Amino acid sequence: MLAVSQLTCQRGSRRLFSDVSFCLDAGQWIQIQGSNGAGKTTLLRLLAGLGLPHAGTVTWNGAPVRETREAWHQDLLYIGHQVAIKDELSPVENLIFGLGLEGISGSRQGVIEALHRFGLKGREDLPARFLSAGQRRRVLLCRLLLRPAQVWILDEPYTALDVHATEFLSAVIEGHLDQGGSAILTSHQTLGLRPGMFLVL
Amino acid sequence: MMTSGFITALRRDLLLAARHKSEWLTALFFFVMVTNLLPLGVGPDAALLRKIAPGVLWIGALLSTLLGLQRLFASDYADGTLEQMALSPTSLSWLVAGKMFTHWLVCGLPVVLMAPLLGVQFDLPSRSLGLLTLSLLLGTPILSAVGSVGAALTLGVRSSGALLSLLILPLYIPALIFGAGAVEADLAGISPQGHLSLLGALLLVSVFFSPWITAVALRIALE
Repeated sequence: MLAVSQLTCQRGSRRLFSDVSFCLDAGQWIQIQGSNGAGKTTLLRLLAGLGLPHAGTVTWNGAPVRETREAWHQDLLYIGHQVAIKDELSPVENLIFGLGLEGISGSRQGVIEALHRFGLKGREDLPARFLSAGQRRRVLLCRLLLRPAQVWILDEPYTALDVHATEFLSAVIEGHLDQGGSAILTSHQTLGLRPGMFLVL
Repeated sequence: MMTSGFITALRRDLLLAARHKSEWLTALFFFVMVTNLLPLGVGPDAALLRKIAPGVLWIGALLSTLLGLQRLFASDYADGTLEQMALSPTSLSWLVAGKMFTHWLVCGLPVVLMAPLLGVQFDLPSRSLGLLTLSLLLGTPILSAVGSVGAALTLGVRSSGALLSLLILPLYIPALIFGAGAVEADLAGISPQGHLSLLGALLLVSVFFSPWITAVALRIALE
């Protein structure tokens, strides 16, 4: 269980948000909304353990995430704003190296399968600089299919996706929740997912 | 599991370097140019050239390593890969060590291999050429290791290139003194053993500690 209690973030003299608290159990998801600059990404980074909060705690299974970093990162899959894709490498190479950096040895076959499922057939070995913004996002989102994790933190996962990919992503997230995973996502849209929690910053 | 992160980071950066040759070829070309221009500027005085050769080649190596260092973490930082590395369950220090080792393979090793060729134009005797190569072989990994700490500390800072030079070049002084000193001592008829031993000690200390310090600096840069 991921428990967030009274999380406060301050940037200089400006308070971004204060007293954010919620609990996320297996199979639950939460959508974080807020206007531009409200601190959604900052909140997600704090949850992931990338930043230091001004006050408050984030605990995973009872242990503070910044103190049990390896255990938390083993169970966490974080997909941020930035695509983390190298232009010089093909989608397959990008994904295999991405998995390798997380200590998982991905097979070429598995990676190609994931790319096909995300509608990138025929683009497997094309240098990533030839891909459109939406296609790059899809390559990144393939990690959802390849990297097992209990908690997904997704920052604006629906950005730049077309209708087909949006539907597929929703199905993938639903499948993850069905299997007892949980998800935290930011989005400005209303999502076609099962009822979940809302947090407005 | 830890070394697998090291190997992945190494293979990934080597592949990127192979696809993006201009980056490290520029650094190597810079080294060749600097060491070539100096004899032309100083004039054909064989005794003087022999005397300045170790220093010139070592300073060339320092400056060309610096060129590659700016890019060591910058592109991974800009596209979010570094964030993913920081969130990886494997140790960030090992990933950093892999990147550091690649930097040496790509920017340091070519310098070591070119040095004996370039040393010829300074009229260095073959014994000194060998010693120079040995001192660079021991010394260039120090440059990569110490430099990666500086690259991590200046990450995300505006005009980081200039700041990196100011921060790192003073830390290169011991390597420069003992590296160039080994060859100079030999030319003067003194045993270079002491210089080389100290260079080796510096190598061990910097390679042992810098991945860890770099990882800490990267986490701070990402906060």
